Amino acid sequence: MINRLSPNTKTASLAALLAASMVGLGFAAVPLYDLFCRVTGFGGTTQRYDPVAAAAEPQVLSTTISVRFDSNVSPGLPWKFYPEHPRDTVAIGARDMAIFIAENQSARPVVGTASFNVTPTQAGKYFTKIQCFCFTEQRLEPGQQMRMPVLFFVDPKILDDPDARDVQEITLSYTFHPVDEGKKAS
Amino acid sequence: MTDIAATAPAHGHDHAHDDHDTPGFFVRWFMSTNHKDIGTLYLIFAIIAGIVGGVLSGMMRLELAEPGIQYLTGWAQMFDPAAGDVQGKHFWNVMITAHGLIMVFFMVMPAMIGGFGNWFVPLMIGAPDMAFPRMNNISFWLTAVAFIMLVGSMFVPGGSGLGAGTGWTVYAPLSTSGSAGPAVDMAIFSLHLAGAASILGAINFITTIFNMRAPGMTLHKMPLFVWSVLVTAFLLLLALPVLAAAITMLLTDRNFGTTFYDATGGGDPVLYQHLFWFFGHPEVYIMILPGFGIVSQVISTFSRKPVFGYLGMAYAMVAIGVVGFIVWAHHMFTVGMSVNLKMYFTAATMVIAVPTGIKIFSWIATMWGGSLTFKTPMVWSLGFIFMFTVGGVTGVVLANGGVDTNLHDTYYVVAHFHYVLSLGAVFSLFAGFYYWFPKMSGRMYNEFLGQLHFWIFFIGVNILFFPQHFLGQQGMPRRYPDYPDAYAFWHLISSYGYVIMGVGVLIFFANILWSLVAGKKAADNPWGEGATTLEWTLSSPPPFHQFNELPRIA
Repeated sequence: MINRLSPNTKTASLAALLAASMVGLGFAAVPLYDLFCRVTGFGGTTQRYDPVAAAAEPQVLSTTISVRFDSNVSPGLPWKFYPEHPRDTVAIGARDMAIFIAENQSARPVVGTASFNVTPTQAGKYFTKIQCFCFTEQRLEPGQQMRMPVLFFVDPKILDDPDARDVQEITLSYTFHPVDEGKKAS
Repeated sequence: MTDIAATAPAHGHDHAHDDHDTPGFFVRWFMSTNHKDIGTLYLIFAIIAGIVGGVLSGMMRLELAEPGIQYLTGWAQMFDPAAGDVQGKHFWNVMITAHGLIMVFFMVMPAMIGGFGNWFVPLMIGAPDMAFPRMNNISFWLTAVAFIMLVGSMFVPGGSGLGAGTGWTVYAPLSTSGSAGPAVDMAIFSLHLAGAASILGAINFITTIFNMRAPGMTLHKMPLFVWSVLVTAFLLLLALPVLAAAITMLLTDRNFGTTFYDATGGGDPVLYQHLFWFFGHPEVYIMILPGFGIVSQVISTFSRKPVFGYLGMAYAMVAIGVVGFIVWAHHMFTVGMSVNLKMYFTAATMVIAVPTGIKIFSWIATMWGGSLTFKTPMVWSLGFIFMFTVGGVTGVVLANGGVDTNLHDTYYVVAHFHYVLSLGAVFSLFAGFYYWFPKMSGRMYNEFLGQLHFWIFFIGVNILFFPQHFLGQQGMPRRYPDYPDAYAFWHLISSYGYVIMGVGVLIFFANILWSLVAGKKAADNPWGEGATTLEWTLSSPPPFHQFNELPRIA
């Protein structure tokens, strides 16, 4: 079949195929970039604790590191959102729990969802969350207050990374965004 | 093709006996399938777009001549009587956006690839026409419609005023949640159309160059201009679809509630920057590579020597094309990359200086010991080498991730890319235009006006852009209509430079008009024995259909 095509049609089809596959690659960049960020901690992407993959509980070291908790609310979300304690000092490798408190200050129920990252960005690879409220939709009734825990530890491997071992303080930042009920087509 | 055998074509030339009738005006210019006519259309189109983009930059230089905001609000009020301060500043953003997009997509690319590529790739490889003449026609008219869309977008609401004010990079979130109204959608559609046109054109060139070379014309005997268009076509084919994907996601983010670039829904605006620059960096080579090709032809012709290191020159372009795909993040050193990533992109970027250096030194070696004549195309080519080298050196400075942290988004970057593009690419376009004008029109240009054009333009652009290095090093950020008084001196000098350059452009137009009306008739080969490529074996202008009997290359 392919032999019956003229050489011009063949070359042009191959070229068109190349262009089409580049379009595909362009869209494939979305999941690939997400994967890349999660694997490398790029841009301060935090890690998720996987109890199956983790061979053993991380060793708790005597070195401590300071963790700050930052909270933001995007415009248009009538919430008050703040950490219970703005700062914690934890031993590297030890589990720690931070509580964030959100309060709906409007007279209607509002759904919000949080995005997050850590700075300095090179610490993202070592900031491991065991449990958090990331990307789960939170619905708050008028006046309702909710306490949201984040369970995390700082991976001792941070001390082996020449880029990250000088980090004295990690800031974990959460931003709550309103969930537009009409825009949920995605 | 038509099978009406013509007996008496309108113009006399040696192929008269087997030529077809030249179609009537409308069919010839609006339904054209002839590569030379389409090339001419592209060149006319590029000149018109260049005037629009050039006037926009003149307006910007006028506003920047003094500190403070003098004209913006008034200009915005021409299309929107209710416009105030905010709309005026928005109009500034619209101008930088339109200037960038027009010059990239509707001036340099159509002139280089659509214009000279269409005209001379088939002639140089001994082919009767492009492989897909009708697709060629579609490419041109898609580009024309895209241009109208982009210009039209300046007159519809785009957020804080009329028009798309996103910069040519169309970064999210300014281009998504930051620009309500249809202007940005129109600009994105315009890019889609221009991109589709270029992809079709690239397919056409690849097919033509691979399959339609005359007997004996092996790949390693092709003129360097053909090589440059071949490499460019592959870059287009690999880069533009990624842009198409990226801006399609912008469209869905804008209109259909997706969150590819929106952190609210788990997306990341930095992803857009990665996708954009994966296209954007090869794009700058798309603009300059055909210029390399033109300059190689011109230097060899006016040195009366074959180009020095032919294979090295050809594969240097291939190398630039390949490496051009793995350096994109040097445009975004400041987004928060790790030291290792910055080191990689710094090193990879600097590697490009090697093949580029091979080209610069080979051009100089071509001239070395040659029998040089300094006709207009040659002086433009020499100007190109000078300008491109200056721009290349500042490029090596900017390639350093650490230095770039300081210079990112300053006028230093503006000066850098105008030296390689506005001066490099444009000088090669003028070199090509004067070199091939006798072949395309059948008339000689005016040598005095050509030389005068060169010197005025050369002095003008250097006064225009060289001070911008100083401004950038002093910290003047790009894309601002206003600045502290400390920057006033060099901004004023820069604006004077624009006026001088503008005079040069007027001389160019005077030269075209004078030459078309009163130019001497051009010989088949006006450049003598140095011009060895196949287009000079044909009449000037070439017959409507050439190479009905394929030439044989020994």
